[in-house]
Amino acid sequence: MKRLIKRLASYILVLFGLSILVFIIGRVLPGDPARQALGPRAPEATVEALKKEMNLDKPIVVQYGLWLKDAVQGDLGNSLLSRRPVTQDIIQYLPATIEIVILAGILMAVGGILLGILATKYSHTWFDGFVRVLSYLGIVAPAFVWAIIFILVFGYSLPILPTTGRLSLGIAPPPTITRMFTADYLLSGNFAGFKDAFMHLILPAISLMLGGMAQAARMTRTTMMDNSDKDYVLANKAYGVSENRTLFKYLLKPSMIPTVSVLAVDIAALFGNAFLVEQLFNYPGLSRYGMQAMLNKDLFAISGVVITLGIIVMVVNIIVDLIVTYLDPRVRLMGGSE
Amino acid sequence: MDENIVTIKDLHIGYRTFGGHVKVLNGVNLYVKPGEKVSIVGETGCGKTTTVKAILRILARQAVVTGGEIIFKGEQVLKMNKSQLQHLRGTGVSMIFQDPTSSLNPVFTIGQQMSAVIRYSGHAGATKSKIQEELAIKALQETAMPDPERILQSYPFQLSGGMRQRVSIAMALSTPREMVIADEPTTNLDVTIQDQVLRILKQRVEEKNTSLILITHSLGVARETTDRIYVMYAGNMVETAPTTELFREQYHPYTRALVDCIPRLSGGGVAEGIGGRIPNYLDPPPGCRFAPRCPKAFDRCWQEKPEYVNVGSSHQVACFLYDQSTGDE
Amino acid sequence: MSTNHASTPGITKRDRLEGLKRAWYKFSLNKMSIVGLVIVSLILILGVFQPLIAPYPEHAGAYVNFSAANQPPSSQYILGTDTVGRDILSRIFYAFRGALLMGLGVEAFIIPLGTIVGLIAGYWKEKWFSTALMRVTDIFLAVPPLVLALVVSALMRPTLFNSMMAVSIAWWPMYARMIYGMTSSMRNELFVKSAELLGASKFHILFREILPNCLGQIFTKMTLDMGWVILMGASLSFVGLGEQPPTPALGTMVSDGAKYLPDQWWIAIFPSIAIMVIILGFNFLGDGVKDMLTSEE
Repeated sequence: MKRLIKRLASYILVLFGLSILVFIIGRVLPGDPARQALGPRAPEATVEALKKEMNLDKPIVVQYGLWLKDAVQGDLGNSLLSRRPVTQDIIQYLPATIEIVILAGILMAVGGILLGILATKYSHTWFDGFVRVLSYLGIVAPAFVWAIIFILVFGYSLPILPTTGRLSLGIAPPPTITRMFTADYLLSGNFAGFKDAFMHLILPAISLMLGGMAQAARMTRTTMMDNSDKDYVLANKAYGVSENRTLFKYLLKPSMIPTVSVLAVDIAALFGNAFLVEQLFNYPGLSRYGMQAMLNKDLFAISGVVITLGIIVMVVNIIVDLIVTYLDPRVRLMGGSE
Repeated sequence: MDENIVTIKDLHIGYRTFGGHVKVLNGVNLYVKPGEKVSIVGETGCGKTTTVKAILRILARQAVVTGGEIIFKGEQVLKMNKSQLQHLRGTGVSMIFQDPTSSLNPVFTIGQQMSAVIRYSGHAGATKSKIQEELAIKALQETAMPDPERILQSYPFQLSGGMRQRVSIAMALSTPREMVIADEPTTNLDVTIQDQVLRILKQRVEEKNTSLILITHSLGVARETTDRIYVMYAGNMVETAPTTELFREQYHPYTRALVDCIPRLSGGGVAEGIGGRIPNYLDPPPGCRFAPRCPKAFDRCWQEKPEYVNVGSSHQVACFLYDQSTGDE
Repeated sequence: MSTNHASTPGITKRDRLEGLKRAWYKFSLNKMSIVGLVIVSLILILGVFQPLIAPYPEHAGAYVNFSAANQPPSSQYILGTDTVGRDILSRIFYAFRGALLMGLGVEAFIIPLGTIVGLIAGYWKEKWFSTALMRVTDIFLAVPPLVLALVVSALMRPTLFNSMMAVSIAWWPMYARMIYGMTSSMRNELFVKSAELLGASKFHILFREILPNCLGQIFTKMTLDMGWVILMGASLSFVGLGEQPPTPALGTMVSDGAKYLPDQWWIAIFPSIAIMVIILGFNFLGDGVKDMLTSEE
């Protein structure tokens, strides 16, 4: 518990650092955001007025202080693009991305670990080879290439899965509860809506997660094969413990630890790749919003999105930390060996 | 006819390696009677562990049995199917490994691991967690572990090496067994607690009238613990005799050299050791594998493999020095 | 691992040759490493000698020939032409240049930076500035690297050099972390302690004692990372933040081509395959380098 609080404190420190970093990048690098927002033909006076409104005329330390004062109260400034508070935009777009990433994360973790286990169980058979080829493919093809392939296949040749947006035409959006459409449809008992929203998640989620899944599968297999030479596995065999019980319990648990740690990085990377993939699927999520903000040098929106991602990555790390703690008694009882 | 717990006849085992087929066991013969405590003594790499792993059929994937048989209570171990093997491992023979740090799973409690062993023992009610716990606590008490309830909640890394090995002993004997195999159970322990662990092991098998095969490279450990000793050299059992008799008189030149290596308090000074090294298993000498190092080797030793010769009531030696036959039959 | 000075007296030319042979043997044990080496060499040759090898070298620029636009793969245009009639194969060859420059440029920047930060922070582990430096790397790693690179490159003018900077900013902390880990575990080794006792300068200890022992791992990571750095560069150009048209960049070619799916599928698919081949090549090569530099048999 004490360890967790200590961790949390250092994460918050890192978040502050991240906000400073983004601020510096935004203000130090050349480019005039106010001019960018208003277009080349706007009169100089209007540009100056906007600069004043954005505090761009003040020293950078003052700018940061003002931003931080508002930020801790939940006000991340106004977006130049949407002309709305950034916080409001994030509340609107984030749930859509979360939906995709949760689905992708689950598929990645379950699929990767399961493939790894099966490749261990059937090691040196055709199935093992099949998993190896699959993981090479997953690792080599970037998420945006998968997205293009899927759009090509499902959008045109095999139209069984939707390739754009969150909902099909003519489907009314669900009442606003969590803003995650799948969850909201379920909560309001609209199963047809749920099915439609869920179908829209599948292709983006799969194109996002294939790389991570391949990596997790390889990692799981390597660790399990290494551990299966250990004496405790042999001891299980010598005591007549059944093969499947050994594989799925006594071999799996110690072998999970490195895979889970790698999955933390992979889940964070899902958010990164979403910046390219949401765009391709025309999916109105936070990443697409962030991408638009970047291309338009929308400073407050950019810092808002980056800070939000920082918080999400932090939460993911904490969760993964808890899982590792559960899996590894050495960490739990000795306060972490590493 | 066969009242032995286990009998091994002319066992040949090799390993597939990059260099080729390594012939490790070269016709091993061994028997253990009910309640008998037997030790196998030999240098590292002579095939002791391979021999006992073969009894439980837990050899590495690369191992190939090329000949011989293993009989456990009248049944052919090498021909057992999955469920027969399961029965053998669950109720017949159990094994204590060399290093308790690696033979206990690091992420499960002692209680969870002992329960798993008991579950597959076929003991009455073995699948009920209450009975598992009772049996585990009883087994831990019998190995003189203090506070068994707490031990069950502990993870291996929370126990000392000696305690871990006592847990292994408790695990091996948590349900009745015909035989226990202990593979150098004290090698990785502090010298100060080796004795204690061996004493507990000996006491426990004696109380339960369980047979024991103890693997060790130390004649001293073998002498203290077991009734009869097998001396193994390069994949062969070169001599076997009851412990006291073996120390009184050694027939095989290798055994004699081994006994001479034991430092004595009274006189003699430092032992000379044995010249030469263990033969290359890829291309072992065709005759007696000890011949290249043997001070008394003669022509026949280089050509034929020596068989056991009786030199006492239960004292056998595989050496041509004592073979009365001409060897031309 | 013990100290190995690059120029220990007594190591003859013959020994070196022997060492090279051994290294090659270890490398070539895995056939995939050789495949990787071949792929990477090919990419290098095609990129460097594009003007001599490509069927239409001038198509790498602002060339327009609408009469040959949108042609599917044929014997004349092996991988087809794009929407303004340029040969895709020639453009891919030219894009290899940018990709390799990207990889080399980024590594030339981040390896010295990461190494110096890692050595300093690792050697003086309990000093305040070590903690500070490591906290700084934490900050850079607090968001996915791709996002950081996107932010930086979005705020700069889109050029190849600027996108190299952007990728470098996102990537250097990983090297700093790696060297930090190695240094902090190595600083208590006897060869470091004995150098300290002999009064060696800190510079000597860091760069002549510790660094040579890190080189193997640095070299392995360098090879494996080339592919990923190039991919990140392609991701930047995919959203229009890399090298600007008309200079061909793999990411730009993919995103431009994606608009013409599925009818002109070749415009997007072949550059995608080119990206995959690069990653595959460096991955295989990196595995081989790892085999070569790990000391176990």
